Amino acid sequence: MISREKRAAASAAASPYAHLTYQHRLNFYDEPPRYNITLDEFESCAIDRLRILSEIESCLARNRSPEDMKTVIDAQCRKFLPLDANTASKLVDVDAQRKRDHLGHFVLRLAFCRSEELRRRFVKSETMLFRIRYELADQNEVNQFLESKKFAWEKASNGELQSLKSELIAVHPRLPWPENGSPPAYYKVNWTSVPDLVAQRKVLLRLGKAYVPATEQESIVLQEFQERIESNLDRTAKALPRLDEDDRILPILGHLADGLLAGIPMDSSFAVTEGDGVTITADMIEDLSRKHFPLCMRNLHDNLRKDKHLKHAGRLQYTLFLKGFGLTLDEAIVFWRKSYRGGKVKDDDFNKEYKYNIRHSYGQEGKRADYPPMNCARIITSQQPSAQESHGCPFKHFSIENLDTALLTKYGSCGMNSSALPEINKYVKDGHYHVACTRVYEITHNIRKGEGLGGGESVTHPNLY
Amino acid sequence: MASKDDAMNVDYDVSQPQVMFQFYKRLYPYQAIFHWLNQDHAPSRLFTHREFAFTLQGDVYLRYQSFATAEEFQREVCRRSPTRFEIGAIYNARPKDKKVMRPGALQPQRRELVFDIDMTDYDSVRTCCTDKKICARCWGFIAAAVRVLDSGLRNQFGYRQLLWVYSGRRGIHCWVSDAAAMDLTDDQRRALMAWLEVVKGSKDTAKKVNVRFKNGELHPALSSAVRILNPKEGDPATRWNFDGLILHDQDCFKNQEQWEDLLKLLGNADIADSLRKTWQSDTERTSRRKWEDLVKELRKRDKKTQSSVLHAMEEIILQYMYPRLDMEVSKHRNHLLKAPFCVHPSTGRVCVPVDPATVDDFDPERVPTVGQLLSELDRLDGVPGGWEKTSLKPYVEMLERHAQGIIQEARQGRKAAQSLEF
Repeated sequence: MISREKRAAASAAASPYAHLTYQHRLNFYDEPPRYNITLDEFESCAIDRLRILSEIESCLARNRSPEDMKTVIDAQCRKFLPLDANTASKLVDVDAQRKRDHLGHFVLRLAFCRSEELRRRFVKSETMLFRIRYELADQNEVNQFLESKKFAWEKASNGELQSLKSELIAVHPRLPWPENGSPPAYYKVNWTSVPDLVAQRKVLLRLGKAYVPATEQESIVLQEFQERIESNLDRTAKALPRLDEDDRILPILGHLADGLLAGIPMDSSFAVTEGDGVTITADMIEDLSRKHFPLCMRNLHDNLRKDKHLKHAGRLQYTLFLKGFGLTLDEAIVFWRKSYRGGKVKDDDFNKEYKYNIRHSYGQEGKRADYPPMNCARIITSQQPSAQESHGCPFKHFSIENLDTALLTKYGSCGMNSSALPEINKYVKDGHYHVACTRVYEITHNIRKGEGLGGGESVTHPNLY
Repeated sequence: MASKDDAMNVDYDVSQPQVMFQFYKRLYPYQAIFHWLNQDHAPSRLFTHREFAFTLQGDVYLRYQSFATAEEFQREVCRRSPTRFEIGAIYNARPKDKKVMRPGALQPQRRELVFDIDMTDYDSVRTCCTDKKICARCWGFIAAAVRVLDSGLRNQFGYRQLLWVYSGRRGIHCWVSDAAAMDLTDDQRRALMAWLEVVKGSKDTAKKVNVRFKNGELHPALSSAVRILNPKEGDPATRWNFDGLILHDQDCFKNQEQWEDLLKLLGNADIADSLRKTWQSDTERTSRRKWEDLVKELRKRDKKTQSSVLHAMEEIILQYMYPRLDMEVSKHRNHLLKAPFCVHPSTGRVCVPVDPATVDDFDPERVPTVGQLLSELDRLDGVPGGWEKTSLKPYVEMLERHAQGIIQEARQGRKAAQSLEF
């Protein structure tokens, strides 16, 4: 008799995909990747995956329908983390795709195993990602994948099913029992593998075993996936201190963790484009600020107007934003000079102290670095504003009352009213600041909930507004 | 011979510390408790890492007590003489070391699956007693609940090591010691409770049972429960079934308020009106008669009405008799539950194990009290002896037999696991 292993190897060899390192695109991530990669690859595949996971969290926080979510995430995946089936064209290097997927998961696992909250969020979004991919895959693919995993499920014998016929029909009345044929396929698993089905009394229980129709397979697989990730995270956390790896990896892992907490990957940058042909002048800022600025920038602008002054961090955040907005260097200088006029700073002093800084931000001084405008992640996670300062993300740093007042006064004329506040407050409480900001955008621009900045995207950069 | 009424002797006022001290010194069965919790003869983590919580005189509450051996357990209980003590989870370290650990480092790991059924949850349906009182009659509700739950845990979940313990005043606890049950996480316990929960809603909720599938059928587990509570011809006879308890002994539909509740649950205004006419004019009509009236009235109706009202009647049976469980007790591993053989401070009764096979005949008013037991010891006239010379003996033996069964099964489990390692 050929042993099970030999038979499996034989069938794998016979399969047309035997040459692939990764036989399936679905993955339980049981085995860590065992090859060498560059530091760049290490970081970039993790960032791409983080983008997807954050988007999943956003979708969940915004209560998207499962169908919607699948569409959105599928689109995002195609952009950042494509994963094609074995049947895809020969031009697609499926192995390379799966390798990136595999790597990204493990890097993020390292980054997120350390705190309870990160772990919980990681498990939740990874399980959702797996579920989306599982549901988008076809049944054949799924079957082959599961077979390769040697799930310890028993198929209930026909004899047993016949003896339980009336009870099974009572629980699953819509599952047809053919007149003279064999009963429908059922798996017999420990009830602890399907706690959700048990909690809803959707299965028959006998002596600790649940009889699950084969059609409910997904529930079992998802549960399995989640359990494996949880226990693996546990193991990773224990092994982490022994990673006396170095100053190369730990900072990357730290940034990734920050990225999840802020809700977006650190790397989402905004290239300063030439604009769509409309030149922004200093005079236009005032009007544009009312509707087209996100709350953080409105806040900075209004404080600038009120005090005729901004402290360094606020100035920097705002200057770079305006640069991204399309304000040229000369217009910027005019704008800031006007803003400071009448305040404590005299014109001459202005030239001496502030003009240099503005020019520096535009890359005209010193090392001539062209600083990109800060994205949300940086704004949220860098220094907390103190009493005199107004930089940072208001959704994070303002108290709820102040936030509500600010939203009403600043956006009241654009359609913001108090009925929208509880929802926004909830997002803030849950730490989903960018979702809150996106919702404000939707309300003030009269956009249907869920549309976001177009195509369902959420705010990850002030300039995207 | 002193009569039963002398048992709660004035000499043995359970609120006197001396009484509890004597009880702990001479009567409490430490070895049996140790065997039951430890599931082995030599101390293991199941005992050494187990939390005990003592309630001392003056309501002082001491958590995170743990002991290395049965002897240390005995010494400490005697020294402290708590008015009661509770058993918690097995932790990842010795609970008594909690103060020297990092906050949050002490985590519950394993724990028996436990249940608590309290008579007060039945106050809206029982008619003989209220509040803190209980008697052999309203015990029928507990007896029925035990039969349903015992069957469910064994047949549906496959658990075998169940210990039922009288709670000392008006309820009963169940401890499930199977390895699989000990391993259940909080989430799994929650799922299990969701499976078991049938009667939901406060005293203002009229219809507390809403468990049918969309097609109107009951889950087979619930059909079994209905059958246990309302046996058919040929089923084993029980004293406290729907007819015996609800319709006859408790007469739950006697007065107008009560039978109006019943009519509301039928979901059919027409039938309700017909029955109301008869019942309003006959205030002495027993609940048995009323139920018969309902059946007769139903026979006159069409198939569809019959089916719908029969369904409602099944739900009434469940609403009045299905176990009313305290959900919070069972969901969390770190929940502390009173230890068996503790003495109830108000009644003086000992929390003794109950055999589910004879639960129908259990009489809470005949449970030994600490006063009675100490009197029995007095009558030994200086002959040395402890629980084995008193009425407590059969109860301790029940626990010891149960514990030995657990030890056997645990031993077999270990052997099986070892043989797999090759």
